[in-house]
Amino acid sequence: MTPPRRQRRTPAPAPEPPPPEPAEGGREKNPERLYVVAGPGEDGARAAVDLVTLIVARAEPPPSASPEQAALLRLCSAPLSAAELSAYLNLPFSAITVLITELLTAELVQARAPIVRQAVPDRSLLEAVMHGLQRL
Amino acid sequence: MDFNGSDTLPGPRTEDQLPHTAQAAAKIVIVGGFGVGKTTMVGSVSEIRPLTTEETMTQAGIGIDDNYGSESKTATTVAMDFGRISITDQLVLYLFGTPGQQRFWFLWNGLFEGALGAVVLVDTRRLEVSFDVMGRLEERGVPFVVAINSFPDAPRYPIAELRRALDLSADIPMVECDVRRRASSRDVLLTLVRFLHSLALTGSAG
Repeated sequence: MTPPRRQRRTPAPAPEPPPPEPAEGGREKNPERLYVVAGPGEDGARAAVDLVTLIVARAEPPPSASPEQAALLRLCSAPLSAAELSAYLNLPFSAITVLITELLTAELVQARAPIVRQAVPDRSLLEAVMHGLQRL
Repeated sequence: MDFNGSDTLPGPRTEDQLPHTAQAAAKIVIVGGFGVGKTTMVGSVSEIRPLTTEETMTQAGIGIDDNYGSESKTATTVAMDFGRISITDQLVLYLFGTPGQQRFWFLWNGLFEGALGAVVLVDTRRLEVSFDVMGRLEERGVPFVVAINSFPDAPRYPIAELRRALDLSADIPMVECDVRRRASSRDVLLTLVRFLHSLALTGSAG
């Protein structure tokens, strides 16, 4: 019996950089702001929270905290990933990122950034992961 | 503190809490078709009972989902099971079992872009289910290994024939496994991390 067959694909080429904007009559342009600081709950800020960003509470829930905020703060008295917070609080991941962003803005939690894949992989990190897996 | 006599708050058991020294986490994605064994694999190696994170997808897109006019939108809840392995006191590894359909992938920002790598879990009874997944990973430059989950009643093909069928380049590892067994699932992860390490040595990042 012969299994079905697949055709291999190649990585998509990197997108072309946008062409430089033509100078308008030699007039000096003010540099445009490409990004603005988004308020809590807006997409720009949300993007900063990864599934495996570790969240740690910096303080007890203040009286002003919403029930969801208070619940999240109690959960992360020890470090906990955003994905785990989503699971334990039974909230969609996007809702968790909004909550975390609010609490980051209020300086009630600390976020420990995730390790993401680099163009050149970090060998010492991969060696640590290998040793950790071997102990399983 | 006033607990209002409420039920026990949800959360990790005391023994499941990460130490305060945990500085950063990395993720590996296990991807494959429905019923191929992703969740079983996550559960086999996870130090915590596997958990589920959800996201809601509407036809109008994500992010904005007020209930206004919701009767005209179809909302789909997409769930993703995950588990955790503490590597050191500072480093934690998370494993996410992800549906194979690419339309779900954008729901979780950076799921594949940030992952160290991926395991494509394959069922030889439905080999073609994994074709699209592998194509997407190749297009996105996500390094992956292929693991054949050996179901008892699945057809057995020689590895060489499976490699040809999957059009795997010679350097990509392919292993057989039984995802119900912890040691077997761990070995698949080790195969992936060794492969990533070899990419680091040759400098050809995924």
